Amino acid sequence: MDILSLFVIVPIITVIALGFSKGLKQSRIVALAGMLVQLGMSINLIFAYLKERAVNDDIMVFVKDIMWFEQFNIHYSVGVDAISVVMIALTAVIVVAGIFISWMVDDLPKEFFISLIILSTGVFGFFISLDLFTMFVFYEIAVIPMYLLIGIWGSGPRENSAMKLTLMLMGASAVLSVGIFGIYFNSNIGTDGPLTFNILEIAQVNIPEAAQNLFFPMVFIGFATLGALFPFHTWSPSGHASAPTAVSMLHAGVLMKLGGYGVFRVAMYLLPIGAINWSDFFLVLASIGVVYGALGAIMQKDLKYINAYASVSHLGLVLFALLMFNKTAWNGAIIQSLSHGLLTAMFFALIGMVYGRTHTRDVAKLGGIMKVLPFIGAIYVITGLAYLGLPGFSGFVAEMNIFVGSFQHDDTFHRILTILAVSSIVVTAVYILRMVGKIMMGPLSNPEYANLPKATWYEKVGLVMLLIPVVIIGVMPFGLGEMLKESIEPFLERLL
Amino acid sequence: MDFSYTILIPLIPLALFVILGIFSKKIPASISGWMGSIGLGVTFVLSYYAAYQYYLNGKVNGVYQPFIYKYNWMNFTDKLHIDMGVLIDPISVMMLVVVSTISFMVHLYSRGYMKGDDGYTRFFAYLALFSFSMFGLVLATNLFQIYIFWELVGASSFLLIGYYYTKPSAVSAAKKAFIVTRFADFGFLVGILIIGYYTGTWDFQELNNPEGSVITNWASTSFMGLSVLTWALILIFMGGAGKSAMLPFHIWLPDAMEGPTPVSALIHAATMVVAGVYLVARLFPMYYFIEDGFALQVVAYVGAISSLFAAIIALTQNDIKRVLAFSTMSQIGYMMLALGVSGYHGHDGLGFMASMFHLFTHAMFKGLLFLAAGSVIHAIHSNYLQDMGGLRKYMPITHITFLIAALSISGVPFFAGFFSKDEILTAAYENNILIYISSVFVAGLTAFYMFRLYFGIFWGKDKEYEHTPHESPMSMTIPMMFLAFMSIAGGYIHFSKYISPDHMPFEAHLNYYLAAIASTVGLIGIVLAFIFYKKENNLSERFSHAFGIFYKWTYNKFYFDEIYLFVTKKIIFGLVAKPSAWFDKNVVDASMIGIGNVTESFSYKIKGMQSGKFQDYAMGFISGGVVIAIVVFYLWIN
Repeated sequence: MDILSLFVIVPIITVIALGFSKGLKQSRIVALAGMLVQLGMSINLIFAYLKERAVNDDIMVFVKDIMWFEQFNIHYSVGVDAISVVMIALTAVIVVAGIFISWMVDDLPKEFFISLIILSTGVFGFFISLDLFTMFVFYEIAVIPMYLLIGIWGSGPRENSAMKLTLMLMGASAVLSVGIFGIYFNSNIGTDGPLTFNILEIAQVNIPEAAQNLFFPMVFIGFATLGALFPFHTWSPSGHASAPTAVSMLHAGVLMKLGGYGVFRVAMYLLPIGAINWSDFFLVLASIGVVYGALGAIMQKDLKYINAYASVSHLGLVLFALLMFNKTAWNGAIIQSLSHGLLTAMFFALIGMVYGRTHTRDVAKLGGIMKVLPFIGAIYVITGLAYLGLPGFSGFVAEMNIFVGSFQHDDTFHRILTILAVSSIVVTAVYILRMVGKIMMGPLSNPEYANLPKATWYEKVGLVMLLIPVVIIGVMPFGLGEMLKESIEPFLERLL
Repeated sequence: MDFSYTILIPLIPLALFVILGIFSKKIPASISGWMGSIGLGVTFVLSYYAAYQYYLNGKVNGVYQPFIYKYNWMNFTDKLHIDMGVLIDPISVMMLVVVSTISFMVHLYSRGYMKGDDGYTRFFAYLALFSFSMFGLVLATNLFQIYIFWELVGASSFLLIGYYYTKPSAVSAAKKAFIVTRFADFGFLVGILIIGYYTGTWDFQELNNPEGSVITNWASTSFMGLSVLTWALILIFMGGAGKSAMLPFHIWLPDAMEGPTPVSALIHAATMVVAGVYLVARLFPMYYFIEDGFALQVVAYVGAISSLFAAIIALTQNDIKRVLAFSTMSQIGYMMLALGVSGYHGHDGLGFMASMFHLFTHAMFKGLLFLAAGSVIHAIHSNYLQDMGGLRKYMPITHITFLIAALSISGVPFFAGFFSKDEILTAAYENNILIYISSVFVAGLTAFYMFRLYFGIFWGKDKEYEHTPHESPMSMTIPMMFLAFMSIAGGYIHFSKYISPDHMPFEAHLNYYLAAIASTVGLIGIVLAFIFYKKENNLSERFSHAFGIFYKWTYNKFYFDEIYLFVTKKIIFGLVAKPSAWFDKNVVDASMIGIGNVTESFSYKIKGMQSGKFQDYAMGFISGGVVIAIVVFYLWIN
């Protein structure tokens, strides 16, 4: 068995095992065991990758290719580079943390964990795929359980939110599939070979400029909708607000990262001329998203809405950096994906803990929680400081790479947009401190909150697990950057 | 010579922070206070040892040599990277002495002051975090390292101002401090990006070399009539002005007094707030040579105006900590303007030396003023001048140390402040007579408001106290006595032997005429304060009535807070954030929902087509057939 396919097989086995388990206690143990194996494998994969990279110069390593559907030349084809390796690790960490946070899910626990793990299967599969078709299938596998998870275990107007989220993402994948087929039907130009979905093979072909100009925006929008590109972001606030905690964590932490990853891996790699021609337009949208999301977050009253708009801003920065076509900025974009994934998952987990105890997410009604829940309060403040880009945490490393990289363009257009993006650090500080200051600090807003139960061990484990990589990346960014840059290079060359 | 041990100076507080932070619930108060004090005591010894070793033996051919220890922390591009390291040169060693002295004293003092507080260990953890960040800032080898620690001191300042986090005023002060300085740091960061792009380096040694390519090539770029590097320096100074509470970014400093008083002494009087001065001093060759010192002129005028502005406001404030805060702002303005009027070579570098000298002496006497004020507040549980009076009988040590600090800051001969202020005034006199006149006036105002405090607190009638005020414990008075000693002795250090822009010692002599003028003005201020405030009388009220509007404007700090509030609340929140939230809900989201609704209503309309009635289908089939027949026929006849 090859090392990569296990990342799909282990979750499938876990799901089957969950099918036989009964009650909350059994299902959470089974889910946790399966995902701990997954986490162990993903950490092992980092070291295996580094070892393999030392002797192997290919763009992708651990490549495995099996014919799946011969008539259309569809393969099950997997392989990884540094970028997929770190994204897999991110996913594994967040899934395990999510299971800890959902330790006490009382409603249909078995079905909940099954849906959660199917979702993660889709994500893992997506990150290892080298074949557009397989990638697309895994992508859909990740989106569908989301509907159930929000619709069944969610809160508030959950059916409505679930429907909106699913329909918008499905609409985006419809556009995306047109783009993918556009690439597929151009994939043998000049080679006379069969049509192919394989990314590495398509990259050898020069797709005509007209086709690139036509299909790039489709693929880009298809993926970037998932990455909350302005103005296609509105599914995210209501979807997050209604979703249960672990789902919000997984969704904002991982699923939204598929957007940036797909843009990088598919849209820009396979359609480089289209990317260059369209870059200014989308760069403007991404920059608007960065500032607009941050301004939107200032005015929100619901904690989850604040975090959702903050995600629009921070993921806008990922797309912004990708559209800069610059090694440093791309490096920043990937670190930003990791950093935002971890931090937003922490925020959602914390919001879930506060909500679970006080039954409100209204900023106006909360206050002085830190006095009652010191652990949660302290982690909340730390997460907030990390989120606003304090040195020593991953966000700073990511943002500085993005800003320094973007500033290497010396034309006025890119300069102005860069300075605009830099200005978001101020607005971010405003909404983060406003939130932290209001809900955690100050006098206790409601005397009933004086006896809220303290953080439990599983909540602490979940939070600390997420915090550790944030600090590691923030304090020791040197190795990660070098590892990523090597993998970025072949992708960037296509655009220069 | 080996200075690699100086790396321990930031690392010891870092270790303390990690230990105290993680185990804040487990470590009892009695141990954490000692841990912090001993740790900082070690850095204190190391810093003084480094200073001794460096100033005595650091010269080669009469020029102080820098010592650099660094390693690569993060690479951006082939050229641009961030190093973490230690730079030992005259000003960084001087800052080490300042920071470690004040930090050690504040740690000792806090053991008494914070006694019995719930978050005692947390307090010492934050103090350690701050000390670590401040040492890292001081020792930075490059611009980006300074920026990193710059943000960290900002965050520790946030945590310490908001230390009493259940108090709404403390929380909003902490937020205000962080956001205002963050806004200024936005300029700083853009300045760093510009420097990085146009020079390809952030390393101080390369940037500051007067013969190096950075400084000699400043004219090769231009933007709106000035060199790009001048813009970068102005933007970097914006960051410095934010941290150092210069106009118009000063509004956070008075509010920051919500923090515990030892914090005000450490961060908001002696160390962090002078980071802006240190930053300009650090890049002084760039400021001086690029565009013939255009950016330096900006520094000089911002410094001079802030200094005057703050001294005027300090006259009317009633909260003693706020008076001291405005006084700090005013004195930092002095340091800035001294840098601004300084030259580079030999004796022309007097302003630079004076600025560093004043930074040193100011840290000692202002730190002491805050500690003494803390001691008073500790005794009578109020910050307000009107609640104080006649305390000299109850608190003799506090009284004497406060008096020494007040004499020092007022520039009375033989006290430390006299010497450093005199150098600043001499430098200003030699270069810019307008700034000189304003500075002398500020010296008079300073003496007046300091002695207004002094007489108000320690003389006059006793007020009704909850319990009889008593002198603070030894843990608090010993640090005060040490700083009182430094507030006199600090003046007798020959700074010009150690510190100059070109790292070559020179001789600076007291200018007796200027010294006489300044001391006379200072004494006039003290005498006026004596007349107004020594005994209870209504002179001050009559004056405030006579100056009506001016008094009101001063008392309200020239309405700067209101202006900021208007800009943020009305303009940014009201005219930008609110409309964009509205736009998001009613345009972006509504159009997405609209697409859904249109699809739904469309499908509702056409759902009748699948009615299941055979007649309908037959009708459709036949009409379709007819239409196709017509089309085919039409095409055929053409």
